Amino acid sequence: MTNILLITFLITLIYIGVAKRLYTYISILAIQGVLLFGVAFIELIEINTINLVFVLMETIVFKAIVIPLFLNYIINKNNITREAEPFLPNFISLVIITIIILGSFLLSNTIHDPHLRKIFFVVALSALFTGLFIITTRRKIITHVMGFLVIENGVFVLSLAVGNEMPMLVNTGILLDIFVGVLLLGIFVNKIGDVLKEQDVEQLRNLKD
Amino acid sequence: MIGIYLIGAFVIGVLLFYNRNKTVNYLLSGIFLLLQWIFTIYEYRHLNIEDSGYFMPDSLAVIFLVVLSIVCIPAFYHSYIYFKHNRDIPRERGIYHAATVLLIASLSAAYLASHIGVTWVFVELTTLSASALIYHRRNVRTLEGTWKYIFVCSISITLVFIGILFLTLALQEAGLKNLSYQSLIEKAPVLNVFWLKLAFLFIFTGYTAKAGLVPMYTAGIDAKDKAPSPAGALIGSVLMTVGFFGIFRFYEIISHTSIYSWSNKIILISGVLSVFVATVYMLRVKNIKRMLAYSGVYHMGLVVIGLAAGGIGRYAAILHLVLHSFTKPTLFFQTGQIYRIYKSKSIYDIGNYFKYNLTGALVLLFAFFIVTAMPPSGMFVSEFLVFRSLFESGNWWILAFILLLLTLIIWSFGKNILKILFIPPVGFNDEKVEKIPAVESYSHFILLALVIYLGLHPPAEFVQLINSAITHLPH
Repeated sequence: MTNILLITFLITLIYIGVAKRLYTYISILAIQGVLLFGVAFIELIEINTINLVFVLMETIVFKAIVIPLFLNYIINKNNITREAEPFLPNFISLVIITIIILGSFLLSNTIHDPHLRKIFFVVALSALFTGLFIITTRRKIITHVMGFLVIENGVFVLSLAVGNEMPMLVNTGILLDIFVGVLLLGIFVNKIGDVLKEQDVEQLRNLKD
Repeated sequence: MIGIYLIGAFVIGVLLFYNRNKTVNYLLSGIFLLLQWIFTIYEYRHLNIEDSGYFMPDSLAVIFLVVLSIVCIPAFYHSYIYFKHNRDIPRERGIYHAATVLLIASLSAAYLASHIGVTWVFVELTTLSASALIYHRRNVRTLEGTWKYIFVCSISITLVFIGILFLTLALQEAGLKNLSYQSLIEKAPVLNVFWLKLAFLFIFTGYTAKAGLVPMYTAGIDAKDKAPSPAGALIGSVLMTVGFFGIFRFYEIISHTSIYSWSNKIILISGVLSVFVATVYMLRVKNIKRMLAYSGVYHMGLVVIGLAAGGIGRYAAILHLVLHSFTKPTLFFQTGQIYRIYKSKSIYDIGNYFKYNLTGALVLLFAFFIVTAMPPSGMFVSEFLVFRSLFESGNWWILAFILLLLTLIIWSFGKNILKILFIPPVGFNDEKVEKIPAVESYSHFILLALVIYLGLHPPAEFVQLINSAITHLPH
């Protein structure tokens, strides 16, 4: 069951590479939250109840509901145009993300470690690099935040791989999630909306030498 | 004790945040300084005694705790001057001081942390407080600087977290669960090398954002430029140290494994590239604060080069870091005075500084000699020892390359500073120039004197602290 959920997660990564509209990105992030909820539920059922409830609440409430709603609110409030505006054509994005997934798959096959569950490693690594790829190839600031959220999801998957042994680490990772999520979205995108008219990363290019 | 300290700092921070009264504001800052010093002296007297389970005042932590406590006194003083001469809205002043208190408290806790996760949490907190300081002026430029700082720091702190996860994978094989530095150092030889390598790469890359090294140095440059100069002084000195702490603590673990020489190579490459990048930018940068920020990049490069070269270089690395933490704030405080006279940070608009502010110009001249490591600067001693360690470890080519780059840096640094001091600026109307009282520069002289004293004639206690800070590294 975990495998099915994680493979669906990989498919959402491919989908995010070809998505055109910002709302699609938001839905994908919400779906990823639900998938992570499932994985966390199956994987962490053995740890103590309070911890488990905390982790599950975080995935379902924070990742699947609050952040998507908040992104929606920001897009509406600041009148951001609905297009994602990538620098690259979608086809090339698709190819690159496929290469990322294949690459992490091949890399994980070179590791011989009986303690490592390779599927977690593959998914986490792919999400990490896909997130970095989205950050570097999209124009809007809000898509940078979304790329960062994809990276966070990847980190969450990786922390689940060691979650049974060290639930404390999963909790710290979640605190990172919430902290940075609130910091980037809550304080920041609102401020950018006040000061700049268009959420275009082109406008944040004055500081240089 | 650290529990009391952190709670105290938090309460003072919250009170500062909600307080609107000027007198109460400075009173609270004074109380915090007192608390900081009581805490520092307490930890110094309890050297190497564990505190509250996750904190341990070892020699390295105590050295930099004292440095931090020394630097934050002039930082508060110059913040007071800053608010006297700039827009002073009670709410903004409250946030500024609350963020400063939070920054200093989380730096202290990150220095003392004896658990890799605790270090990580407090380094994360420094991002939050520093970004509040950077955004202080609330315009488009500071917004850009803050945005870049938060974004790059968030990504790099995530990289550090991934590194910690890889470290736990390495631990699982050895059947361990304890992530405190002490137990990691003891168990280092049995850890899985593959995961350790990955962990080192991620943790090193992540902490370079704070330390100001290649590859993630960019965030800090804009931050130091855009923050008010007293805050820039903290970000440009003690905050860079915390990145070094993250790297150094993990390096101690690595040094007991078989990938020790491999990690040395990585650090050396990053250090040399940092000096190189800093040189390239120093040659063309025209904003005095950004110039100082790039100067910080090359100093940190020298520090990690000394660390990786081994031998006497490690002693020199710690010494250099201490001296840098005193020199750089001086220069940043001085840019605050320059900005008050010329209302500009561009080197084109600044000049003939001796005419308008004699004391400040003297500070700038002395600080220039000290930061470029000319004798009698203490940095001369530490840089010389770094070069000696490169020489002794047989890295001839790197030594020659670094010396060449340093010559270029000193040349461009000198060109800009001498222009500021002696050449009249074009189109500058000097009828309404503000007179800066000499008393505002006294703190600079004290810090610079400290650099000379600690470099040329270090007290035996100080030397002993540095030596015991590097005892965990193999000889």
